[in-house]
This record gives sequence, structure tokens and C-alpha cells, in this order.
Amino acid sequence: MMPVVLWTDALIFLLVAGLAGLVALVHRHEHLAAPWRRIAADPVAVSAAVVLLAFTAIAVLDSLHYRPALPPGPHGEVQYAPEVKSALDRLLAPLAERQEKTYSAPFATRLYAKEVIILADDSTVRDYPRLQHGGAHLAAPDAGLATDVALRAAAGLVLAVAAWLLLVLALRKRLRRQQFAGGALLYTLLALLVAAGVLAALAPHYHVFGTDKVGQDVLYASLKSIRTGVLIGALTTLVTLPLAIGLGVSAGYFGGRIDDAVQYLYTTLNAIPGVLLIAAAVLLMQTQLETHPDWFETGAERADLRLLFLCLILGMTNWTGLARLLRGETLKVRELDYVVAARAFGVSDGRILLRHILPNVQHIVLISVVMDFSGLVLAEAVLSYVGVGVDPGMLSFGNMINGARLELAREPVVWWQLAAAFTFMFILVLAANLFADCVRDALDPRSRRQA
Amino acid sequence: MSGLRIDGLKVEIEAGAVPVDGVSLAIEGDECVVLLGESGCGKSLTALALMRLLPEGVRIAAGVASLDGEDLFALPERRMRALRGGRLAMIFQEPMTSLNPVLSIGQQVEESLAAHRGLAGRAARAEAGRLLEAVGLAADRLDAYPSQLSGGQRQRALIAMMLAGEPEVLIADEPTTALDVTVQAQILRLLKDLQRQRGMGLLLITHDLDVARDMADRVAVMYAGQIVEWATRERLYGAPLHPYTRRLFRVLPSAARRGEPLEQIAGRVPAADAALVGCRFAERCDLAVEACRREPQALREVAPGHWLRCGVVDVNSSQPNPGPRAGEGGAVGVPPGSATVLELRDLKVHFPIRKGLLRRVAGQVKAVDGVSLAIRAGETLALVGESGCGKTTLARAALRLIEPTAGEILLAGEAIGGLAGEALRRRRTAMQIVFQDPFSSLNPRMRVGDIVAEGLAALRPDIDGMARAARVAELLDRVGLPRDAAGRYPHEFSGGQRQRVAIARALAVQPRLLVCDEPTSALDVSVQAQILNLLAELQREQGLAYLFITHNLPVVGYLAHRVAVMYQGRIVEEGEAGALLSAPGHEYTRMLLESAPGRGLKG
Repeated sequence: MMPVVLWTDALIFLLVAGLAGLVALVHRHEHLAAPWRRIAADPVAVSAAVVLLAFTAIAVLDSLHYRPALPPGPHGEVQYAPEVKSALDRLLAPLAERQEKTYSAPFATRLYAKEVIILADDSTVRDYPRLQHGGAHLAAPDAGLATDVALRAAAGLVLAVAAWLLLVLALRKRLRRQQFAGGALLYTLLALLVAAGVLAALAPHYHVFGTDKVGQDVLYASLKSIRTGVLIGALTTLVTLPLAIGLGVSAGYFGGRIDDAVQYLYTTLNAIPGVLLIAAAVLLMQTQLETHPDWFETGAERADLRLLFLCLILGMTNWTGLARLLRGETLKVRELDYVVAARAFGVSDGRILLRHILPNVQHIVLISVVMDFSGLVLAEAVLSYVGVGVDPGMLSFGNMINGARLELAREPVVWWQLAAAFTFMFILVLAANLFADCVRDALDPRSRRQA
Repeated sequence: MSGLRIDGLKVEIEAGAVPVDGVSLAIEGDECVVLLGESGCGKSLTALALMRLLPEGVRIAAGVASLDGEDLFALPERRMRALRGGRLAMIFQEPMTSLNPVLSIGQQVEESLAAHRGLAGRAARAEAGRLLEAVGLAADRLDAYPSQLSGGQRQRALIAMMLAGEPEVLIADEPTTALDVTVQAQILRLLKDLQRQRGMGLLLITHDLDVARDMADRVAVMYAGQIVEWATRERLYGAPLHPYTRRLFRVLPSAARRGEPLEQIAGRVPAADAALVGCRFAERCDLAVEACRREPQALREVAPGHWLRCGVVDVNSSQPNPGPRAGEGGAVGVPPGSATVLELRDLKVHFPIRKGLLRRVAGQVKAVDGVSLAIRAGETLALVGESGCGKTTLARAALRLIEPTAGEILLAGEAIGGLAGEALRRRRTAMQIVFQDPFSSLNPRMRVGDIVAEGLAALRPDIDGMARAARVAELLDRVGLPRDAAGRYPHEFSGGQRQRVAIARALAVQPRLLVCDEPTSALDVSVQAQILNLLAELQREQGLAYLFITHNLPVVGYLAHRVAVMYQGRIVEEGEAGALLSAPGHEYTRMLLESAPGRGLKG
């Protein structure tokens, strides 16, 4: 097997490393750690953080890419498969490989469309055929389905609870700290474990969320979409931050011509409809990519570059809000006496920006990053829906919704694809929003309630 | 039972602190009672509790308050609402935020009239006009918006609003603290007149001993949530009994104390959540005996109408003002023949007013308009003037923090007006600044040690890390901060300690001139004394020159060698401190001196 590091993989690892570095930094400085301790004491924040971490873990797993080795060629040379797999694919292999012909409903044992079936006596009948994988182990699917599902779910539940109890025993001592919402942590873990346990018990035998048009398991598609969503949210922020901080802070600090220039820039950018700009850029990019198929060894690399480019263009259109906030805050901070005192010492502008301005506006950056994350996840869905989002071959919530939209008009309706995408996205965005609220409460001096 | 009575008021914060602990007061129908105390002693919370406007998380734990026999704390909220702004009204410190900026003054007064007296339409407008005239505003200001009024006018408008409900008792929480002295004198005069004419009770909350002396019929001195002394003004100012009150009088700077160090109150006010058993002042009191710390002291009547919460002090010995203290302090003579450190020649700072699409310069704000000054080593030059007169702009221009429009700045005889870059940076070691607000002057994200070392790092790159740390430790020691301060963050320190950090930061680069921009006006009087003593000591030791910006005339009299009075960007009078303060030549100086509180209200 050959490890493959896609552009976005590298960036997501960089991001994780950066976050770990930040955590270490915060841990060492009392004044930085204090607000986070307030966050850690808030049950809602802790629950949301656990959910977010779970999603991130899936995304990171899905970013460990490799190309599986093929059997050695005739001259003994090593060959690799053309398609790129990830660690998550390996874990979910039973799901990914169990393709049906086309749509099937959640927990169905039969296909959603009638087919001509050839019976043993060579006569044909038009009926819903049995699925190749979903419920294939049942002899009499119509009678035994409910009991079988219930039994397997119960087994998964029991396993999950047992795992949780073990976890509680292991963590018991460490969680009994003051000012930490340990209960919230444990109960969120319980919910996650139960969900994972039940799904793990059922998924190998049924299509829990049904299958899509080409017979792919929807649960698998949803899990694979998580990486795309998280990536769009996280990487776009990585693009916006340097622009927003650099331009916003220098506009506020230096004022004059620089301020005028930055303001013109962002008012102009704001005046162009964002979707239009994104659509234009993405379509240009698409043509480029399609005319140069030789640039990429695999389809995954092309899809990845397109995703990266989407993050870039989203970032280019999204930095203005934060820049405006930072400019305002910098205008305020630069007039404070400690900045004047630093100037009286002849401290250089660069050092003033680094030591006096940035640390005192960083709460705004943090709040806005966490708040923007959920907006970007949703933006991906909308953009892919209109066809200017990620590569159609890449699994994403937007593509799932896009694929499901026509089927909503079918009778009976194919609802599960939309429902699964909606559920996963809803949980991710809700967790991000709740966490953002808590971060803002803890960091923003204006919203802090005095006891 | 006319007037407002408070009995055993106790205010509690959810976390368990008791910032107001058993306050009892009575305000007769037509007297002015002053609640006097330093910041954080619970005086504002007492007032808010009376109005039942305590912030969330703070509640009345015990006590009774009655207005004309009506129990304020038992009224349903609906009745209380009618009473608030009606029979019991309150004005706040900040006239900028107590008026709604999008409603005209007239609308706001009329709103009050409609709510409390049922007046509407033409009748309300006529009455609003009368009220404005009663507070000294022209009736045509009814249509003005708050932004069109000055601070003093806004405070007058607010008073008019409060008078609309014809209050029996008016609570004024530091109503003049945000105002200039001349305006303060007018507002105090107005409040006193209104109180007398209308026969209403006035509960004035202040930290200013001189304001209290001018206004009060009776004074209650508050300390750490309790009233420690409660007497008529004559008794309290003539023969204060409580050790705290006595010391408060002695820490005040004045021209009479020139040349002696100010007395200091050691230690600090106990935190509101500290478990206090005995007398709360015991830790800082030089008369305290063992019993003071163990047993709570009760408020007892030591003479008719004179209540005291102290069991130790001899109530029969009236303590006159203390004699001079041993040692040197305050302003000593300028060493003869000392060189001129800073000289300004015809300095001008004009800010252009730009208008229109092309931002053409339409006019100039002449913040500093031709100022010439000279300061010698070891000399304190006080720059006195009201807000907006250009004194801060002048100081910053002298330090080259703002570009002067014209004029010369001579630092030790060398013109630095045209210098830039490295040349200017090197000169910056010679002049430093200490700011008014000890909270905004220290970067909250930096440790105290780094803050003090910042100047050294920028201006003396030749000093290495070890030597720098040693110098920081020495400086912190010099300004009287504990050794471990270097590793801590500013928020762990009190206002006075922060001001010491700011002084240490400025001293780090061994300046010859220190610009002190109102360094004590945000501090309590007991802390002010400590800072002024420190500044005087440093001047004696190091021959520092001070450009001391202030509006506090007693501080000027105590500390300054020479005084320059600034008005509308110009120096209108300059001279030797003693002579100028006793015989002012310029009309504006005379007005400033007469407006200073503590001389009785004129007119």
C-alpha cells in the first residue's frame, strides 16, 4: 500500500497540529486558560465539544489516504490501485462494498423498484426482488425482520452501555474535578456510543439509511460526507484568517491611506453577490481541470484540488466580516494608554501589533471562527446543490441533497437520502452553533454576565 | 414619619459576599444627607437597593426602608414603578448614558410628567419648560437632543426629568464626578437650592470630602459595607471620631501640607466576601486592640446625633488637625542652578476638519495654540485646566506622540521636533508618561515583569535578559510592589498597585522628565496619598522633572513648584505655585479656584 497525502489532508493535519499547539499554549498561560475553564464548566459547551470532536475524528480518519497495492505484475513490479482509499474506507469496507442495484428503503429487504424475476421453474414474475445484502441472512424476511432488528439493536445497545460503564470506571477519578461538566461529557459519550453501537450492530446486515440511486449505502455516504463538511468549514477559515487579520488590523492600526484602501476593497467585495463570484471562479477552474486530465494521477486528486479551490474562493469572499470587526476593535485598542506608552518607548509598529494589538483582539477572531464554521458547512450544501460546489464524484452533504431532490417528486417518495444528509448536517451544525455561543459568552466581555 | 428611613439594610451577592451590611440611615424631609466613602464601600449598591434596581444576582437580604412610613421593600413592583421617579427619584453619575440619545429633552421630561403627574399635550410642554428653567436651562432647549448639550447641561436636563415627579427624596449618585470643577460647582449649587426651595430630602453619594462639606446637613461615612460614623456636618468636620474618618482627612493633600509627606492608610479595604468578625478597619487602624479584631462593633450614639462604630477611640478628645510630620515630602525646593529639561516654544497642534467629498480642509481645531513652557530638573510644573482645554494634547505633542503643527520642542537644549526614526527613538529614554487610567494603561495580556521590561527592551537593546530581569526586580521594589509581582498579570492588582507598575515602567529607561497625566484622579484618596508620596520621593532621589497634568487644585498646591493654567489651547497664566494660587491674576484662574469644592457654595 502507498500512502497518499492529498493537499487537503496536509492542511487538515496542519490544522490539527496547530490546534494542539494552541491548546498547549493556552494551558501554560493562566489568563488564556481562564475563559476556557468557564467553557469547560458549561454542560452545553462540553456536550457540543464532544460531538464536534467525534465528527472531527471521523474527518481525520477519512483523511489518512492510501492506494492499496495490487497483486504484483508479471515482472514482479509493485502496482497500486488507481483509486485512493482512506482509513475510514477500510473501517467501513463492509458498508462500501455492499452495493445494491438501486434505491432501497431503510431496513428494507427488497429493492424499491419492481424487476422481472426468473423463478426456479423458469417462469417470470414482476416483483420487488430481494436485496443482495440488506437482510439477506433472513430466510423469511417479512416475518422475522422486526425481531431480528430489535435483537441486533439490543445487542448493540448492551455492548455500548457496557463500553460506557468501563469508560466511566476508567475516567471516574479524572472527571471529579471542580469546575468541569463531567456529567455532560459522560452522557454525551453515552449517547454517541449507543448510536455507534446500534449502528455497528445493524449496519453489516441492513442498510440502516437505505441505499441511493446507484445502490450505495446512504449511511456510508453520510459518514464520508463528514470530511467534506468539516474540511470546508475548517480550511476556509484558514484562508480567511490571514486576510482578515492582516487587512483588518492594519487598517485599524495604521489608518489613513491603508485604511481607505482596505475599506474600499471590502466594500467592493461585499457589493458583488458572493454566490456569483464563487460560481464564476469554480466554473473557470472546472474548465481548467477538465482540459488537463494529465495533471492528476487519480480522480481523488482532482476532486481534492477542486475542494481546496472551493475553500480558497469561499475564503476570499468571506474575510470581509471579520476584517471589519477587527478594524473596529483595533481602532479602539490602539487608542488605549498601553499602546501610547509603547509608542513613547519607541517600540516598533510590528512589535506593537504583535504584543499589544493582536493579543487583545484575538477573542474576536476566535469567536468569529467558531461562529463561521457552521455557516460554511451549510454554504457547501447550498453551493453543491446549485452545482458549483465540490466535485460531483466527491461525497458531500450538498451532493447528497442534490441527488435526492428529483426523487422527492417520486411516488412513493425517496426520503431517506435527504433525511440522512439533513440529520448528520443538523447535528454537526447544531453542535458548532452551541459551542460558538458558549465560546462567545466566555470570551466576549460585553456578553459576560457579572455575578 | 416624613422622609426616608433605612434600617439594617443588607445587600447580598449570590456568591455569598455582603457588600452592604446593616446600613441604617434617616433622611428627614428637607435635609441633605451625604453618604461618603471610597470606591467599593457599597454606597452605590445602597442607593440602588433603595430604588429596588439592583443588578441581577444581587439581592436585598435583610432590612427595611420606608418612605413616609410606606415600606419600600414590601410594595408590589407595579406600585414601586409609580414611586420610582415619582416620590423617590435618582440621578446617576454618567450624564452621557442616562438620557436617551434619540429623544429630545422635552420628550423625555414630558414622558416623566405623563407617567407621574398625568400631564399631556400643551400642559405637559408648558410644565416641562418651567422645569427646564428651574434647573437653569432655557425653555427653548426642550427641542434639543442630548448630543447637542454639554455634560453639565445634560445633568441639568436629567435633574429636570427627576423633578417632574415632584420627589420627596432625591438620590444623587456621584452626580458631578464626571464633570469639570466649574460645572460641578454649578450643579451642586443647583441641587442645594432645589433641595431647599422644594423642601425635599437629598441623599448625595460621593467620595469627595470637600463636596460633602459643601452640601451636607448630615454625613454618613461608609467603610467596607458599614456606616462607621454618622453625624452632623459641623461635628464630623470639626471633631471626627472614627479612626478611619480621621485618617481620611489627614491623607488629603493641600497647600498647607506642602513639604511634609502625606499620611497614608496602610493596607487596603477588605474584600466584600472576606469573613469579617470584628471591626472592618482594624487591620489598618493604629488604635486597634485585640478586641477590635474579635468582636463586632456596634454603631452607638456617643453624643446627641453623633453615631460611631468604634469602641476604642476616646470620644472626648477632639483631635485637631495634626502637626507636621517628621521627614521630608511633597514639594521641596528645586535645586538651584538645575538645567532646563524640556522647553516648548510656541508649540501648536491643530487638527484639520475635513469636509465634503474631496475631504478638503475646511477649518482647524486649535487644540494647542501657541504654548511656551520650560521645566527644570527636579521641578514640578502643574498644568491645570478643564477637560478639552488641550492639556493632554500638549503633553503628547511634547513627547512627540502627536505631530505638532508648529513650534519647537527642546529636550535638554536640543531640538527634537524634526527628528525621526532612530534619532528620535534614542531621545525617548529621556521622557516618559504615566497615565490617568490604571486599567487601560497596562496591557492585560502581558505579565507585569514584561510590561516593565518593555521600554528597556525597546530602548536599551544592549542590556541582556539577566540584567534586564534584575533591573525590573529593582524597579518593582522601588515603587513598593512585592517581588513576585513580575510574574503576575495586571488584573491581579488594585488600581493603586497598577499605577505603581505604570510608574515603574516609565522609570525603567531612566527618564529625566515624567509626564503625569492625572495620575491620581482615578484613585481613592487614601491611595492617592501613597502615589503622591512616591512621586515626591522619586523626584528628590533622581531629580526628575514632572509635567503634572491635573484639575485637582489641592494636589497642585501640595506638589507643584510652578503652575500653568491652560484655557482653550493657550496658557492664560503661569507662575510660582504659592503665589498663583493665593493671588490669581487671570479671571479664569480665579473662577477655577472659586469653583473648587470645600470652600462653601457661593451665590
